[in-house]
Amino acid sequence: MSHVLLRHRDIPDLNTLSVYKKNGGFAAFKKAVSKMQPNEVTDVVKNSGLRGRGGAGFPTGMKWSFIDNKNWPHYVVANADESEPGTFKDREIMESNPFQFLEGLAIASYAVGATVAYIYLRGEFWQVAAFLDEKIAEMEEAGFLGDNLFGTEYSLKIFTHLGAGAYICGEETALLESLEGKRGQPRVRPPFPPSYGLYGKPTIINNVETFTNVPMILANGADWYKSMGTADSSGVKIFSLSGRVRKPGNYELPFGTTFRQLIYEYGMGVQDGRPVKAIMPAGASSSLIVVDDKVLDTPMDYATVRTLGADLGSASVIVLDDTVDIDWVVNKTIHFFKHESCGKCTPCREGNYWMRNLTERIHSGAGSQGDVDLLLNVAKQMQGKCLCALGEFSTMAVVTGIERFPQDFKKAVKA
Amino acid sequence: MSLDKKYPKEIKQLLAKYPPEHKRSAVMPLLYLAQREEGYVNKEAMQDIARILDITETEVASIVGFYSLYHDKKAGKYRMQVCTDLPCALRGADEFLNNLCENLGIKVGETTEDGLVTLESVMCLAACDRAPMFQTQGPDGIKYHEYMTVDRTMELIDALKKAEKEGKE
Ligand SMILES: Cc1cc2nc3c(=O)[nH]c(=O)nc-3n(C[C@H](O)[C@H](O)[C@H](O)COP(=O)(O)O)c2cc1C
Ligand code: SF4
Ligand code: FES
Repeated sequence: MSHVLLRHRDIPDLNTLSVYKKNGGFAAFKKAVSKMQPNEVTDVVKNSGLRGRGGAGFPTGMKWSFIDNKNWPHYVVANADESEPGTFKDREIMESNPFQFLEGLAIASYAVGATVAYIYLRGEFWQVAAFLDEKIAEMEEAGFLGDNLFGTEYSLKIFTHLGAGAYICGEETALLESLEGKRGQPRVRPPFPPSYGLYGKPTIINNVETFTNVPMILANGADWYKSMGTADSSGVKIFSLSGRVRKPGNYELPFGTTFRQLIYEYGMGVQDGRPVKAIMPAGASSSLIVVDDKVLDTPMDYATVRTLGADLGSASVIVLDDTVDIDWVVNKTIHFFKHESCGKCTPCREGNYWMRNLTERIHSGAGSQGDVDLLLNVAKQMQGKCLCALGEFSTMAVVTGIERFPQDFKKAVKA
Repeated sequence: MSLDKKYPKEIKQLLAKYPPEHKRSAVMPLLYLAQREEGYVNKEAMQDIARILDITETEVASIVGFYSLYHDKKAGKYRMQVCTDLPCALRGADEFLNNLCENLGIKVGETTEDGLVTLESVMCLAACDRAPMFQTQGPDGIKYHEYMTVDRTMELIDALKKAEKEGKE
């Protein structure tokens, strides 16, 4: 099957404007602006069943329909912070199929009446931002951005903005604070961005991959999109596969593809032919899934993965084989979260500090079973008390690691 | 020379991205500009940015402190930032970094004697399928180096050294 998002893998040089145009590029944007009302565009997206690809899986069309039409101007912001360990899909889109992403962003802007859109990229994507700036300039030159587009009243500008190394800026309200020139710390919600976003104005924030779906949905229709995937999760998803597989990488597959297909058919199996011990389906923020045959045959969509006691999240599937100790994994994830906690609220700031001390001690072999119990206790105490989801994320691998792989921790404190 | 005297054109372009009443948004791009030459933001540059954007110097300093890609101290000309986060570590990143330390004769956080390279260990850089990998942060921005080996890294450092020498002659 040909790709919907990673179309550059089927069409060489798709990242040049002429090739993109030759392959139907900007026809959807033109159709939207010159032939459709903004709310008609939103309705198509709603009917397609598209859900946000940034992690939470929120219905995209519904989000767009929440935009507050009594307060102007409106903004659209693309979340290109891509900092979840194990996630590297937005980068491939922006590097290799940039125009489809930019067209999706433009269509979304038209749908919610925004005349300015920003792309917030993690600071490390310095080269990607420079590349996008070139592509934006080409679009301006060709009349796909700027004033009075396609001879209508509608005008649009797109700007890139580089972050500077902070995972928390992927959280949408922290991202907005950062874009406003402040420290990237989450806001108390509600109000949510569609009513109070950038500069206090109604703002729609979506992930890069979410936007990249939109031109294809508009071109081919909501029913076409819904014909792929499952009833719960329509369409296709890019799975970033990493860890102990032979062939890590991005794989665009319909929702409902099983873990086994992803790991064995696409990832070519586990290194050295070893068995899979655990899967983290949503990067470092994941719960750890204990793997058996039944789990491997589970279709990946938002609802079904939940029945395994985990979230699909950004679909960054990290594969752990039977040589990996879970106490080591948890030490790694907590190292990450302690580093990335923004420090705004006490449970997350202090909790991660203590968890880090404990995981370090346990992993080094100097810990006791009492330390493991305390670690589990600290994590559970944090749950439900943090201002944003980062605090919650930090406890996932700890709690599920200790509860589902107790033998690994017993071994660590005995050794 | 003050930042706005040195980069008038760049600053004008950056400010044009944001509504004039929200020019504070330009603080991050301005900090990158300030960091361009020496690899860190000095006190004068922070004062300049505060003046250009009508915010306090303390506010600028707190931004520098918050984000890990801004630095307030001088280090090597290139910061070599090796990803040792979970997915990369599952593909040998920790061993790679240890071997690199041995070859360079420095520890993580230290700088080579010639002041060229500071070695650092960082979190996921969205290149987990291409480990071992690192980025270099230097005068020409940030660059990715993927599927790396110690040998190829030493070659890269030699090339940087050579370029440095030629630049000075
Ligand atoms: C700690 C944290 C980090 C996040 N990082 C990202 C990210 O890097 N990219 C992203 O698109 N969404 C990220 N999100 C989710 C965003 O807050 C937001 O839900 C998303 O951008 C909405 O877009 P979507 O509806 O298209 O998924 C993160 C959330 C949290 C709590
Ligand atoms: S939960 Fe953590 S990251 Fe989120 S606001 Fe609180 S301290 Fe910051
Ligand atoms: S873990 Fe190293 S790039 Fe993602």
